[in-house]
Amino acid sequence: MIEFRNIQKQFGDKVVLAGVSHVMETGMANLIIGTSGSGKTVLQKCLVGLIEPDDGEIIYDGRSFTEMSHEERKLLRQQIGMLFQGSALFDSMSVEDNVKFPLDMFTKDTLAAKLKRVNEVLERVNLSGSNKKFPSEISGGMKKRVGIARAIVLNPKFLFCDEPNSGLDPQTSLLIDKLIYDITKEFNMTTIINTHDMNSVMEIGDNILYLAAGKKEWTGNSKDIIFSDNKQLNEFIFASEFLQDAKNMRKLEAKGHVGPDGEIKG
Amino acid sequence: MNFFTHFGKYILMLKGMFSRPENAKLYWKEFMHQCSEIGIGSIGIVAIISVFMGAVSTVQTSYQLVSPLIPLKTIATIVRDTVILEFSPTLVCIVLAGVIGSKIASELGNMRVSEQIDALEIMGINTKTYLVMPKVAAALLTIPMLVVISMVLGIYGGRFAGSASGILSPETFDTGLMENFMPYNVTFALIKAYTFAFIISTVSAYYGYYVKGGALEIGRSSTTSVVVSCVMILLADYVLAAILL
Repeated sequence: MIEFRNIQKQFGDKVVLAGVSHVMETGMANLIIGTSGSGKTVLQKCLVGLIEPDDGEIIYDGRSFTEMSHEERKLLRQQIGMLFQGSALFDSMSVEDNVKFPLDMFTKDTLAAKLKRVNEVLERVNLSGSNKKFPSEISGGMKKRVGIARAIVLNPKFLFCDEPNSGLDPQTSLLIDKLIYDITKEFNMTTIINTHDMNSVMEIGDNILYLAAGKKEWTGNSKDIIFSDNKQLNEFIFASEFLQDAKNMRKLEAKGHVGPDGEIKG
Repeated sequence: MNFFTHFGKYILMLKGMFSRPENAKLYWKEFMHQCSEIGIGSIGIVAIISVFMGAVSTVQTSYQLVSPLIPLKTIATIVRDTVILEFSPTLVCIVLAGVIGSKIASELGNMRVSEQIDALEIMGINTKTYLVMPKVAAALLTIPMLVVISMVLGIYGGRFAGSASGILSPETFDTGLMENFMPYNVTFALIKAYTFAFIISTVSAYYGYYVKGGALEIGRSSTTSVVVSCVMILLADYVLAAILL
């Protein structure tokens, strides 16, 4: 579980985070959503320590991250996996070496044991047989999956994903969402996902934090969102007419006004 | 950003390089990789520059020494001292600032922009130690070696040009080469080589490590790193000459 209280961050005169507090639950896909510039990425970077917040407290499983020493943070980070927006794979290394890198750095396992683990995680993300390929030889979706494999190879307790669907087609996006969701449940991880992909919100949003102008505007899950009357949230989530219709249909479904074949009753 | 901000960040980067490696074996592997990239990768250009530098020195010195009272072997003595004292350490290092410096700055810059440095940080790796330290150590090991190779090739190039253009025979060149030789000159040249190696590797690493933006900024930081390294080398060259000679 990750809890953060009153996180504040300012760059020059611009207030990016104005006292955000929330709890990210274990075994759930915790989504941070919001428009571009709402502070999602800065919040996530504050949570992993890439950016120091000006004020506030971050607590990982009861331990205050903000008060940890540099060495304590280094140890904690070995329990954190992160999938970056651009995947951040090491260009000069093959897929296998990319995934093996954390094992080489932090374990004393034999080469055979490391390769076994690498193959396990590559199989888990449906990338068996791509071991020897280089990042430049694989597609965007495959890069994301290698990024996920590298993030989970050390069995982390916390998984951070920064816009995992950016640049992907809707079908691949769904696959990546499902993969992240399944891994979260399977390994009982605390997963934090930054996204503005509406499919992700509706499909995997167990615990959603909606940020607007650096402030916590709304929280709930993908079911609550349908019935939310928060104007800002509705404008953001159901921006198009098509999505508005989909929302209304879901509402009707939930109230039992839609039949099994999609026909409207009464 | 003003000079003091840059200087402060540069010093903090240097301080941050010294931490216990998470896995000594991987750091050693990275160090050897950098030795190969910086050292072996630059031998070709260093060899070409050095041979022609020595050859041109011989031809131009003979052109300037028109008095029949000055023996021909003096040309070899002048070429030797010029190559050892100035050409090999300074000129070669200025070229290396372009070759190695731009490579280090663009490599680190690309890693920064594509979030690879952030990915290493998240894993709990001290990126200054893992990415910068092996480059600095490799430069400190290999650049003085390249300078020594350059001295040998420069003198050999001068000897070859002297006989090829009929200015002086190889025997006369060898006599002049061994006359009034001061071993301290080699020590001085190596002190310069170590200083310049440190400047090239740390300045370019600094500009690459802290780059912000995209491809354009990587190019810009790479160019800036070369310019700043060259200016620093020339400044250090003067300071060292004033202090040590």
